[in-house]
Amino acid sequence: MTDVRKVLIEPIVDNNPVTLQVLGICSALAVTTSLLPALLMCIALTSVAAMSGAAISGIRNRIPNNIRIIVQMTIIASFVIVVDQMLKAYAFETSKQLSVFVGLIITNCIILGRAEAFAMKNGVGMSFLDGLGNGLGYSAVLIAVATSRELFGAGTLFGYEILPLASNGGWYEANGLMLLPPSAFFIIGLLIWAVRSARPKQVERPEYQIHEVHRTEVL
Amino acid sequence: MAESRDSISNTFVVAIGVSLICSVLVSAAAVLLKPRQERNETLYRQKIVLEVAGLYETDADIEQRFADIDARTVDLASGDYVESMDARDLDAVALSKDPELSIAIPAEFDVSGLRRRSIYAPVYIVRDGEAIEQVILPVYGAGLWSTMYGYLALEADGATVRGLRFYEHAETPGLGDQLEKTDWLAQWPGKQLYDASGDVRIEVVRGQAPPGADLQHQVDGMSGATLTGRGVTNLIRYWVGPHGFGPYLAKLAEEAPRDD
Repeated sequence: MTDVRKVLIEPIVDNNPVTLQVLGICSALAVTTSLLPALLMCIALTSVAAMSGAAISGIRNRIPNNIRIIVQMTIIASFVIVVDQMLKAYAFETSKQLSVFVGLIITNCIILGRAEAFAMKNGVGMSFLDGLGNGLGYSAVLIAVATSRELFGAGTLFGYEILPLASNGGWYEANGLMLLPPSAFFIIGLLIWAVRSARPKQVERPEYQIHEVHRTEVL
Repeated sequence: MAESRDSISNTFVVAIGVSLICSVLVSAAAVLLKPRQERNETLYRQKIVLEVAGLYETDADIEQRFADIDARTVDLASGDYVESMDARDLDAVALSKDPELSIAIPAEFDVSGLRRRSIYAPVYIVRDGEAIEQVILPVYGAGLWSTMYGYLALEADGATVRGLRFYEHAETPGLGDQLEKTDWLAQWPGKQLYDASGDVRIEVVRGQAPPGADLQHQVDGMSGATLTGRGVTNLIRYWVGPHGFGPYLAKLAEEAPRDD
């Protein structure tokens, strides 16, 4: 039971794929201008991560070593296409907003990373949960970023007005920067800072130390 | 185990097996979900027609609203209505691939790289009482990467733009896809398609349209998407030109009540 908890819960904060491993950033920048597409992207990525983890783990003892990456990619790509088709059938307009980014889940480093690092070495159930956990970790970051961007950039959440905009007679002056891609960088940077301040263990050791030279020191 | 797993025969078995299973999965999803996706696309196109006509409201029933618009079939060459064909089922894009129902576009007219077009095309007429208030034409043509599909709404004079919307394209995200953005599209209403001699003058310029007499024919370019803008120019020029809806629009202009 502790194993299940560890695999499922750890990627959400303690081993988060975005804030600790700094993976999957590009889609986190692109789809987070508003909450609805971000949420859909989270569901898509989490289901692909979980299903591909389980599928790859299921045949891990048969996959020849020299073609393992291409086999993983084939399986991942198939699930992504299925998810993309589902979105087009059941969430058409939001899927139009997500445009290429659902297809780009295929190249999301989190998915291939978990397939290669976890699913190739662990059982089906555990790999499924690992995919689910990492998907949820990614989702937590995406939703945090999308919430702050939509709220401060447009004064809405899920399209409903929260902060009445000055342009519509309210009091809130919308921060246009929040709707531009760089703001996602800033927010993710602040998130990483916050998580590492709360969990100092995650702070990486600097690759080199700046050595202060004193005047009296002989070089 | 390790040896047999990396053997050539096992490599082939796994490669073929995985490909087979994955292709069945992908094609099953595509085939099973197709009817729903097509319905979504039809609804979305109808929504765009309503939007370009300025008739779209968030909570309205799209199909019902769309049914209120008078859809007619036009024989493009003569510009006459064809009463025997139902415009609601007419897909001009699909028909352009049918050798019986399409014609080749002569090279000198084919500014938008379409090669063939359907003989008949639908138009959507919004009336105010009996009088025509606006007509909406389906337009499409080559952009930088993709074919762009949209609707152009014109005043009853057949020469003044009321609006433009695109419903499908695959232009560069973040650059060319500005053609979906309302602030770019908001420049179109009021622009004049033709100059005094009746030639098509409408144009998406590179950069900002300079003030002057030509401003009524010119729209600012999209920054970083000059070629997409050129594609928009070409497709509108083709479809309102002599080989497109030109003859129909000329007849519309004759019938339109004049202000002067």
